[in-house]
Amino acid sequence: MARAVTRNRKIVNTALAWGIGLLIFFPILWTILTSFKTEAQAISDPPVFLAFDWTLENYGIVLERSNYMRFLWNSVIIAGGSTVLGIIVAVPAAWSMAFVPSRRTKDILLWMLSTKMLPAVGVLYPIYLIFIRLGILDSRTGLVIVLMLMNLPIIVWMLYTYFREIPGEILEAARMDGASLKNEIVHVLMPMAVPGIASTLLLNFILAWNEAFWTLNLTAANAAPLTAFIASYSSPEGLFFAKLSAASTMAIAPILILGWFSQKQLVSGLTFGAVK
Amino acid sequence: MATRQSRSAARLMMAPAVILLLGWMLVPLIMTLLFSFKKYLPLRGGDLGWVGFDNYIRFVSSSAFWPSIYATLVVVGGVLIITVGFGILLAILLNQPMWGQGIVRILVIAPFFVMPTVSALVWKNMFMDPVNGLLAHLWKFFGATPIEWLSQASLQSIVMIVSWQWLPFATLILLTAIQSLDSEQLEAAEMDGAPPLKRFGYITLPHLGRAITVVVLIQTIFLLSVFAEIFVTTGGAFGTRTLTYLIYQRVLESQNVGLGSAGGVYAIILANIVAIFLMRAVGKNLDA
Repeated sequence: MARAVTRNRKIVNTALAWGIGLLIFFPILWTILTSFKTEAQAISDPPVFLAFDWTLENYGIVLERSNYMRFLWNSVIIAGGSTVLGIIVAVPAAWSMAFVPSRRTKDILLWMLSTKMLPAVGVLYPIYLIFIRLGILDSRTGLVIVLMLMNLPIIVWMLYTYFREIPGEILEAARMDGASLKNEIVHVLMPMAVPGIASTLLLNFILAWNEAFWTLNLTAANAAPLTAFIASYSSPEGLFFAKLSAASTMAIAPILILGWFSQKQLVSGLTFGAVK
Repeated sequence: MATRQSRSAARLMMAPAVILLLGWMLVPLIMTLLFSFKKYLPLRGGDLGWVGFDNYIRFVSSSAFWPSIYATLVVVGGVLIITVGFGILLAILLNQPMWGQGIVRILVIAPFFVMPTVSALVWKNMFMDPVNGLLAHLWKFFGATPIEWLSQASLQSIVMIVSWQWLPFATLILLTAIQSLDSEQLEAAEMDGAPPLKRFGYITLPHLGRAITVVVLIQTIFLLSVFAEIFVTTGGAFGTRTLTYLIYQRVLESQNVGLGSAGGVYAIILANIVAIFLMRAVGKNLDA
């Protein structure tokens, strides 16, 4: 009897959860489906779900007309560059805070976090002005720098959280055996830290890829990444749902796939270790 | 335990990150502060000298100020209520035994990975378009007149779009917190005949308290600076001009840098008030 109740409950749970899950996922699914329709089918009344003539036409048109590869390349460079640069700066800092903590470590960590709270719009004009003076407005270099600085607190925090879980005794032992600081880091710490660094890399790549304040305000024709490319579709010119969907699908597909791998790190990474 | 040598090495290794962040914080902040006390119109004469607190007074006394505060409160408050409310329910549901839990989890968190410009455009065109949008079809199917979402219910529409983006975040964090709940405690309460609502109110909810606080604080900081969703959908029209958007318009669209900077200082103060509470919640965890 008791087992039957649990089984029924499990069936209800499953149905309910799948229903809600699909509802939440539906806008993404609909976008992907629409990207394979013709423009006429994309706005047909009533809407068609699966019974349409599947076509790759829209992808061809978007790739051909819009210099898509260039936007994609900008996104890759900006998100990748800012993340890698951030890691290079953050690894030594996180290492020293995790293994040689001082009385001020906690204050420094919290202060770093506080820089993340600064509303971007509050410093928009100064950054804009500095960019003009330095000649890096609408350049990939400029965006790499800004996004690196923006995500640096999260990178330091995530690495610090991972490094703190590495037992200090192993480092002590290496030191006893006469390993230099450099050897200690390269041969002992790094291999153990690789998973932590990889997930930090992943999450910050995603955050930088999707960043849509600085990328919209500091770029024009030259360095615009996919966020800005998609925003350029916002002025309605006739029927374009299918092409919009194709462009959107291409912009989000790589990140959706990467996102699946990063879901575990998401929680501790985005809550600065407050929820684990 | 650490030698003096390793301590100074540690300081050296921390230096690049600290110096970079210090510069990133201080230089623009000081510039914004300076601009906020000046009449500064880059396209109409440039720097026209000091004006004291003029910009601060003009920013709050402009007719756009209170509507922008209202819009900000509606967006932040609305999204928080929706995401935390549904987030708790979803987290409880996802924590129950079921088939295909992993897949459902992926479906639920997927919107978080969609870039803001894409989700705004997809919602604006494919769902909220009053003629061809899916919601218009749905309304017509039930014999109702389709709503012109982004002009008639503009703020609600923005709240809807942003909630869709942030629900995954709330759900995922609350789910993580719920999974650390001792299930024996719940079972014991069930044995003792505590009804589900009481078990939720006296055991689950208090356990989630800290996670809810963290979700609310982190989301508030991000929601205060919602930008792309408004930029792409309404461009600040139809009452959707939040504080962030108003400052953006003052600074870049009307190129009134002094006035915009004063607004920026207000926004920074507001964000810092929220930040103080967040830091306390996070800081506690560092001691543990």
